[in-house]
Amino acid sequence: MNYSNLSRALGTFALGTCLAAFAGQQQQPQTPPPQPPPGAANGPHPGPAAEKKAGPGARTGEAGQQAAPGAAQMQEEMQKFLAIGPPPDPAAVKRGQALFVSTCGFCHGSDATGGNTGPDLVRSVLVLHDQGTGKEIGPVIHNGRPGKGMPSFNLSDAQVKDIAAFLLSRTQAAANRGGYKILNIVTGDPKEGEAYFSAHCASCHSATGDLAHIASKYDPVALQERFLYPRTARWPGMPGPPPNPRAEKTVTVTLSSGQTYNGRLERIDDFSVALTEPSGEYHSWLFDAEKGMEVQVHDPLKEHLDLLKQYTNADMHNILAYLETLK
Amino acid sequence: MKLHQILLSCLLCVPSAVLAQGLDPATILHPPANMWPTYNGDYSGRRFSPLNQINADNVRDLKLAWLYHANTGPGGSPFGTEIKATPLELDGVLYFTVPDHAWAIDARTGREIWHYKWNSQGGIHTGNRGVAIYHNWIFFETPDNHLISLEKDTGKLRWAVKIADLALEYFSSPAPLVIGNHVIVGVGGDSLDVPGYLESRDPETGAVQWHWDTEPKPGEPGSETWPNAHAMEHGGGMTWLTGTYDPELNLLYWGTGNPNPVHAGQGRKGADLWTCSIVALNPDTGKLVWWFQASPHDTHDWDNVETPVLFDGEIDGKPRKLLAQAARNGYFFVLDRTNGKSVVTAPFIDLNWSKGVNAQGEPIPNPVKEPKTDGALVIPAAGGGTNWPPPSFDPESGLFYVSATPSYSVYYLTDTSAHPEGYGGRDSGVWSESALKAVDYKTGKIRWSHVYPGDGESLSGLLTTAGKLLFGGDPSANFIAFDPPTGKILWHTGLTEPVSNGPMTYELDGRQYLVVGAGDMLYAFTLPH
Repeated sequence: MNYSNLSRALGTFALGTCLAAFAGQQQQPQTPPPQPPPGAANGPHPGPAAEKKAGPGARTGEAGQQAAPGAAQMQEEMQKFLAIGPPPDPAAVKRGQALFVSTCGFCHGSDATGGNTGPDLVRSVLVLHDQGTGKEIGPVIHNGRPGKGMPSFNLSDAQVKDIAAFLLSRTQAAANRGGYKILNIVTGDPKEGEAYFSAHCASCHSATGDLAHIASKYDPVALQERFLYPRTARWPGMPGPPPNPRAEKTVTVTLSSGQTYNGRLERIDDFSVALTEPSGEYHSWLFDAEKGMEVQVHDPLKEHLDLLKQYTNADMHNILAYLETLK
Repeated sequence: MKLHQILLSCLLCVPSAVLAQGLDPATILHPPANMWPTYNGDYSGRRFSPLNQINADNVRDLKLAWLYHANTGPGGSPFGTEIKATPLELDGVLYFTVPDHAWAIDARTGREIWHYKWNSQGGIHTGNRGVAIYHNWIFFETPDNHLISLEKDTGKLRWAVKIADLALEYFSSPAPLVIGNHVIVGVGGDSLDVPGYLESRDPETGAVQWHWDTEPKPGEPGSETWPNAHAMEHGGGMTWLTGTYDPELNLLYWGTGNPNPVHAGQGRKGADLWTCSIVALNPDTGKLVWWFQASPHDTHDWDNVETPVLFDGEIDGKPRKLLAQAARNGYFFVLDRTNGKSVVTAPFIDLNWSKGVNAQGEPIPNPVKEPKTDGALVIPAAGGGTNWPPPSFDPESGLFYVSATPSYSVYYLTDTSAHPEGYGGRDSGVWSESALKAVDYKTGKIRWSHVYPGDGESLSGLLTTAGKLLFGGDPSANFIAFDPPTGKILWHTGLTEPVSNGPMTYELDGRQYLVVGAGDMLYAFTLPH
């Protein structure tokens, strides 16, 4: 994985996008790695957009589904980006949770976010300073807080450490937004969705053709994001499925001599355009060196963008509910 | 300049500059053209330079003067090096940072004078906005929440003081702001639900001079916008971008970040003051003078930290002291900076999240567009209609320039409990494009808009100059000069990566230099002899 591109993605708005694209891979492992088009190395990079607030990260596969290949690695990178320390020993967390629920849960809530009498421990400064060691919380557990009505508990050091591990797992889970599980999103009306599909999508897509069994290829979140606007990997190291040739922009360049070139759009900005012909030949032109040239970009995803501007939440949910019937 | 320094200068009968007296804070009030003494170049945040040697007539002749590769060394920059700092320029030296690193380089040649590395204990290393200078001392913040002070001439550490608690997931990225003998420091971090604050630190010792919390205490004004003390104490509102200052009004203007939990608003019903606000504070006391809330009860991660830009203008034929901000939520706000009253509120991109604007000029969030378990489709994405990259106001064209990212995102609520934590939800970007927009401050109307044809989300900092030029970058790694009134492109050059900071300019030996950062490179341009 290209570290600097990943970091760029992680540091920017594109984080959510590319991790979503990554996580939204097909459920069957896809062996071919993203094949960037030539020239893409100089192509669009996410810039310095949304710092600090990089969007959320990779989601793990839904229950019972296969996580995207490399998703664990992305998770790890996300954890690194968020500067979250190493996770506590899962066995200790499990022991600590059981102990916490039975011993502390009555006052602090079984998930440690506070109960009727005890404060939220996930947000507790003392717990955050404990960092899973038991050194900070130990004295409080052993001595209690008589002034605040907390009794003392005769727990062994090992038991304190287990509780500390459980609390650390809770704060890490809160801090690691890349690990948040998206809940059920298949809530719409499939009949309404089918009607919308017939009216707006059927000119390009077919439930028995290109979309046959689509719901068994993608998890619902990935499917929702892909029908809204199919994102693909677009530069070396960018996580995500390789571009679907059907979704690629093409361009027609007509020079003032009348000579015409057609091909896949590799790059365009205010000053130049580059394409690769079906033969594999690459061409580029500077606009100010080729006076009078005409450039026509064809974007097969334009309809997706037009619809994106029209969808209500209900449209989105209904379409997904319909697509989910295409198992 | 202090009295003893003046006396010393006279005694030695040499110009004070030769003594490298450093930067007297009084100089920042009226910075000379050979200087870029603060993050924004001056206190106003306009990023308009009076220099005009490089101008619309000769910009085509701009040549690369030098370039500098910011090399952090092995392991020195865990997530790659991206220069987001605007360099400060003083006495022929540029000072800039990336997280944990500060450099002084020769502003004539781009050669390194010193490089300082801080041994980090952690924290999110997403960016650093740069340094502040007070006399002969440099100040910058670190991801592990230290305010570092270095000797300006040597890069030697004077001291480091802790300004926030790393264990609580704070991290610090703004360039500090020097006002008189105050070093104003902001903090960031919303992974956990911790309160935001702004502090003034003593330039001599680093000690706290005042501390202002972005949330009120129970019973105080503003507390009625929170359901309870617990929500208020954990309400976020980070201060992670450098603010601006009006010396005449003696008001410090600062933007505050989103409330916490970020996407799950059910535990903090109400407007959640003073998150997602522009606040005016007394810089000597930290006392709140007025506020304006740009995103009441934000649930979309739209930190309102974007630069509050100060300029004097004319509204309905009357001269006014104004403050303008292009906000992450997609709205352009113009306020009366004496009292925070709304003058203009208008979207600068298409939006779908508000039900309109209330009598105070504040947007009214539409609950339908709050994050939902099955997703809400919202414009803009969490990255916003714009973000931290500095905008520019050109007093000559009367236009406010902003890099914009029209964008769509699906916002999911993932934590439906009564006590959500952290983000409590996720946003997943669907589509975006990058554009440069020129906004008429009197109406909020878009005078011109340039949508970049290249793919990719990229926001560039901007600079305008009296040379009738607007500088910015596109997502395709071009650095471009525009005609400010029309948006016509006058010049461009290709960089290795898209512009990653705010371009800046200074005059040295009678030559105007233009400096821009892109990834780990700093580029300097000037005219041929």
